[in-house]
Amino acid sequence: MDWLKFFRSEPKNTAALAKERLKVVVAHQRDGRSNAPAYLPKLREDILAVVRKYVQVPDTAVNVHVQREAGLEVLEMNITLPEM
Amino acid sequence: MAPARTGAWEDRNQENALAKIVVVTSGKGGVGKTTTSASFATGLAMRGHKTAVIDFDVGLRNLDLIMGCERRVVFDFVNVIQGEATLRQALIKDKQHENLYILAASQTRDKDALTADGVGRVLEEMSKEFEYIVCDSPAGIEKGAHLAMYHADEALVVTNPEVSSVRDSDRVLGLLSSKTRKAESGDGRVKEHLVLTRYNPARVAKGEMLSVDDVKEILAIPLLGVVPESQAVLTSSNAGTPVIVDKASDAGLAYDDVVARFLGEERAHRFLTAEKKGLLGRLFGP
Repeated sequence: MDWLKFFRSEPKNTAALAKERLKVVVAHQRDGRSNAPAYLPKLREDILAVVRKYVQVPDTAVNVHVQREAGLEVLEMNITLPEM
Repeated sequence: MAPARTGAWEDRNQENALAKIVVVTSGKGGVGKTTTSASFATGLAMRGHKTAVIDFDVGLRNLDLIMGCERRVVFDFVNVIQGEATLRQALIKDKQHENLYILAASQTRDKDALTADGVGRVLEEMSKEFEYIVCDSPAGIEKGAHLAMYHADEALVVTNPEVSSVRDSDRVLGLLSSKTRKAESGDGRVKEHLVLTRYNPARVAKGEMLSVDDVKEILAIPLLGVVPESQAVLTSSNAGTPVIVDKASDAGLAYDDVVARFLGEERAHRFLTAEKKGLLGRLFGP
């Protein structure tokens, strides 16, 4: 019915882009809080330095989280490599 | 006949439970904190709860304008803290709503006039008389904002579906979980509620605006209500009446839902989808 649309280029879904960007900044913001161990930021820095010996990655490439579940502590690490 | 200004507020029995302190906060400015504080406090009062709303924005007070009592401010929050006026002298009784009182911020003082001690003392005194104390936080995360949230039992985190507002709200959530009396004393945690304002369902449908689900997923706190972008917010502020009073407006109804849900009523969320356009609208609309 909206026949004018036919002649327009499809608009980008910028909301999806906003969501992805926010997820990254918010994850970083949360690194510093909760009761994560104090060594986490330093650990992240070190890992980033090691990764950079081999691949050029942005500061945001390494994510480190500690989760506690029922007395179990899980250190979760994510390294995002750039697209080739 | 409405009771005089010095009337009913001290009637509340001291043996009653202490007031619930609710901070309205956001980090970012201009997202609708004062609009939300005014409507939320008015809504609580309309439902028979004795409520006070305090403006914490020293130097940039605006709650008095939104509540329509700017010409009746004689003493303010800082005067009470510094002992220059009693609480009874400074509380302004709302003209329309029996159970509603406003405590204005000081317009002339430095914001350092707010002290943790002083704010604590005034809130303690007030909590003997009121069921709800709504603290309208200033923007930012400095002293005023910190003191507004410090004593809170619950928090309305006002957020726009927009990147900077969502990020700032997340920052504020971090502060609520660490820099409050509850967090510091280990006395549970501040109960957080998301109030998503200036929502435009038509733009969400077009993929131009974060959806309510997007924001919920990112902030991960329970949704109290969605207030649509509405012309009524401006016209109500022009007139100095909280928008919740305008029951013909979408924003007014949305705030009414917010208050009802806050008090435990189950209400479906609405104003989440765009109105259907007619044939002409679809052919020639934007």
